[in-house]
Amino acid sequence: MSAGHSSYVPSQGPMRWLDARLPLPRLLYDSFVAFPVPRNLNYAYTFGGILALMLAVQIISGVVLAMHYAANASLAFNSVESIMRDVNWGWLLRYMHANGASFFFIAVYLHMFRNFYYGSYKAPREVLYILGVVIFLLMMATAFMGYVLPWGQMSFWGATVITGFFTAFPFIGDPIQQLLLGGFAVDNATLNRFFALHYLLPFMIAGVVILHIWALHVTGQTNPTGVEIKSDRDTVPFTPHATVKDGLAMVVFLLVFAYFIFYMPNFLGHADNYVPANALKTPAHIVPEWYFLPFYAMLRAITFNIGPIDSKLGGVLVMFGSIIVLFFLPWLDTSRVRSTAFRPIYKIFFWIMIVDVIILGWLGSRPAEGIYPTLALIGTIYYFAHWLIILPVVGLIETPRRLPASISEAVLGPDLGVGTGTGKGAPPARAGAAPHNVA
Amino acid sequence: MSVNETAEPTRRDFLYIATGAVGAVGAVSALWPFIDQMNPDAATLALASIDVDVSQVAEGQSITAKWRGKPVFIRQRTDEEVQSAKEVKLDELKDPVARNANLPSDAPATDENRSAPGKEKWLVMVGVCTHLGCIPLGESGDFGGWFCPCHGSEYDTAGRIRQGPAPENMAVPAFEFTSDTTVRIG
Amino acid sequence: MNRLFAALLAAGVVLAPAAFAQQDNVTPAPSPDAATTTPSGEAGPAGGEAADHGAGDAAASGEHGTVHYPLKHPPELSWTFAGPFGHWDIAQLQRGYKVYKEVCSSCHSMDLVAFRNLSALGYEEGQIKAIAAEYTVQDGPNGDGDMFDRPAIGSDHFPHPFPNPEAAAAANNGAAPPDLSLIAKAREVERGFPTFLFDIFTQYNEGGPDYVHALLTGYGQDAPAGITIQPGTHYNPYFISGPALAMPPPLSDGQVTYDDGSPETTDQYARDVGAFLMWAAEPHLVERKATGFVVIIFLLVFAGLVYTVKKRVWAGAH
Repeated sequence: MSAGHSSYVPSQGPMRWLDARLPLPRLLYDSFVAFPVPRNLNYAYTFGGILALMLAVQIISGVVLAMHYAANASLAFNSVESIMRDVNWGWLLRYMHANGASFFFIAVYLHMFRNFYYGSYKAPREVLYILGVVIFLLMMATAFMGYVLPWGQMSFWGATVITGFFTAFPFIGDPIQQLLLGGFAVDNATLNRFFALHYLLPFMIAGVVILHIWALHVTGQTNPTGVEIKSDRDTVPFTPHATVKDGLAMVVFLLVFAYFIFYMPNFLGHADNYVPANALKTPAHIVPEWYFLPFYAMLRAITFNIGPIDSKLGGVLVMFGSIIVLFFLPWLDTSRVRSTAFRPIYKIFFWIMIVDVIILGWLGSRPAEGIYPTLALIGTIYYFAHWLIILPVVGLIETPRRLPASISEAVLGPDLGVGTGTGKGAPPARAGAAPHNVA
Repeated sequence: MSVNETAEPTRRDFLYIATGAVGAVGAVSALWPFIDQMNPDAATLALASIDVDVSQVAEGQSITAKWRGKPVFIRQRTDEEVQSAKEVKLDELKDPVARNANLPSDAPATDENRSAPGKEKWLVMVGVCTHLGCIPLGESGDFGGWFCPCHGSEYDTAGRIRQGPAPENMAVPAFEFTSDTTVRIG
Repeated sequence: MNRLFAALLAAGVVLAPAAFAQQDNVTPAPSPDAATTTPSGEAGPAGGEAADHGAGDAAASGEHGTVHYPLKHPPELSWTFAGPFGHWDIAQLQRGYKVYKEVCSSCHSMDLVAFRNLSALGYEEGQIKAIAAEYTVQDGPNGDGDMFDRPAIGSDHFPHPFPNPEAAAAANNGAAPPDLSLIAKAREVERGFPTFLFDIFTQYNEGGPDYVHALLTGYGQDAPAGITIQPGTHYNPYFISGPALAMPPPLSDGQVTYDDGSPETTDQYARDVGAFLMWAAEPHLVERKATGFVVIIFLLVFAGLVYTVKKRVWAGAH
């Protein structure tokens, strides 16, 4: 997968035999053992590994839950409750899956913020980045359909509202909504197809993740300086350095995850979803899951018609647009340097954008009354202005701080980095670690 | 660095092995809920006992009740059937053990040990062929008992395997007559 | 005490990553601990005004056009099942079951609970059989194709007080009494900012039973001026979706006889039935917390080991 050359030497007979016929061990060795990673990665770079772990947790716990779940409108709610009450360890598996979705999103948002901060999306990593946005979209679809399955009040009305987005489009909207629902309202047919798709999509995510990792191994990782790898002195081998560092981050992440599963399992959920779905009664205050709140706030921010576009269609377009715009970041960013760490002006705007998104999330949880829609509108305008105006303009007018000559200079200081970095000689760290890898 | 390594390899190796071992213990423990969830759940285990009304079962008739998802044959045998079952010598039997959950596991497969205590006409047994799980047909086969159409196992009038591939007599579940007309199974 | 420990435990869990902050961070990267608290904080199901709403506030916000319910936030009680070492008070659950059985169950069903589940309340198999046999359930069809009545057994669920929801509504002024199996998790008053963030650290999970207790003891107050109470409804400032509800005050002092000498007051009844409903909604709560403690301890130890290994591996890389 990496740069086309391989240092893999199979040591045992069976491995040699397999390597000559299917070089899978070679692929894994080159990708996860010998792969050179920048030596200055910080813990913000560990969320990729954490996300892989969370995908595995969600798929495994989901397959197991599907053994007990009944995707039928009259059985679904009680089947989830029988998982909680009667199935051995069912409470653990269900809480793991439900909170797992939230923690998946926590990790993906941090992964995205790291990407924005260090300019990871910039050339030559555009395809790697776009695959990431595709994964994010697939995750949102999967999470939404999964939330429908317990068939509580929030499940039902969430499905009603989200599929209602499509009715905003003139002429084709209503037929599309009926096609999605399999009826005139959310009902058994909807539940069944959402279950089928909720089971399918994670495997599509896994497929795109493989492409994402492939692209990563072609271009190599970015790093906090944004300076590309120039010599062997700039890198350490993936195993053991990145493996153990990712491992530590995973264990700490699991610690927080376990705290929520065992002590606060319903904190991230909504009480109304413990009320069975009722097609004749909407809950007083419906909100989506927390990870959709910023987008939900943008949907509700558009309360007025814009020319021929009515407020309903406007809201839907703005919400979808808030994600579509992300696809264009590699070409909207005009900065010559990659990392925000060396961009004094953009650094300020970056943190304002983060605060804006958090405020939008808070506004998404408020009822649409009083000053909230106005604030949401301001937040929405700023969100788009950040990507469409601030990002291109600041890149043009800003004078970045001086970049280090190389990663090793940034870590070891100019003397060590330049003085001893011959480029060919392996650094002591690698010499020490290498025999251990092979064994 | 390299000096350190040669100086104290055991301590470093111990740390790595200990960490790996703790991680392995954690992974295996975490696996258990994913396996145990497949065992019968609490609701299934709670359905372990049923009452069957047998007042309508005349001599020479049988009914089939469903218990734990399996058929249970309850038959009031005729005198001839009881007689022929009693005449069989134990050493003629393919499986000499009673397979009766109400008796010790080594009880011999006499007709008395197969039928209901004090009600020798009544036979209560799980109607599943001990070969591969098909349901045998009643009052058929060379021994006047049950015949399994799947692979040709033949049982006598006490539900004991006499011929064919099945290894054991049909199982007698835990049961009792709570009255003259009611059998509680399980 | 439990709460305090919970707060320490939570702080430890959430702050653990900070201890591992890396020296070679050349930039202020978002650290993993910011990761786990801030976004999940956004997640809070709650929101709304944090302060204890007085009825006067409600009247004031009525001028804006929308009144937020409940008018008063439920007081936080002390429950034995709160905190990381939470456990059931078996005697309390039995009393709560008695209140449910003698009072609530005449109108409210409890679909998801079976008599066999009562073993968790300390009843023996024989006692459960006897309790179940007090009820009659319909079974069948029998050999003649007729449905028949028989005494309930352990695997039967609690029977419904009404044959169907329509009958329940018709018998109760058009408002069908809700099923109580999950009520302790299905009712939660918004905690508001920033309380809902503190809840992560104090492990406040008892909004449901607090609400049940507050509602059951919240009758008998005079409605403030400006609030009209519809005929057939009863003013209760703790009711989550309006100023008044259709259920008349269900409990009164001395209504249920306790055998263990506990006070026979409305307040005690409400506490006991709140605990019982929490058990009914989350029967594995205690098992969950006990398992969690082992898991957290294991992960802390494992994190320490991995941290040491990481230090060793990276020792030569800087």
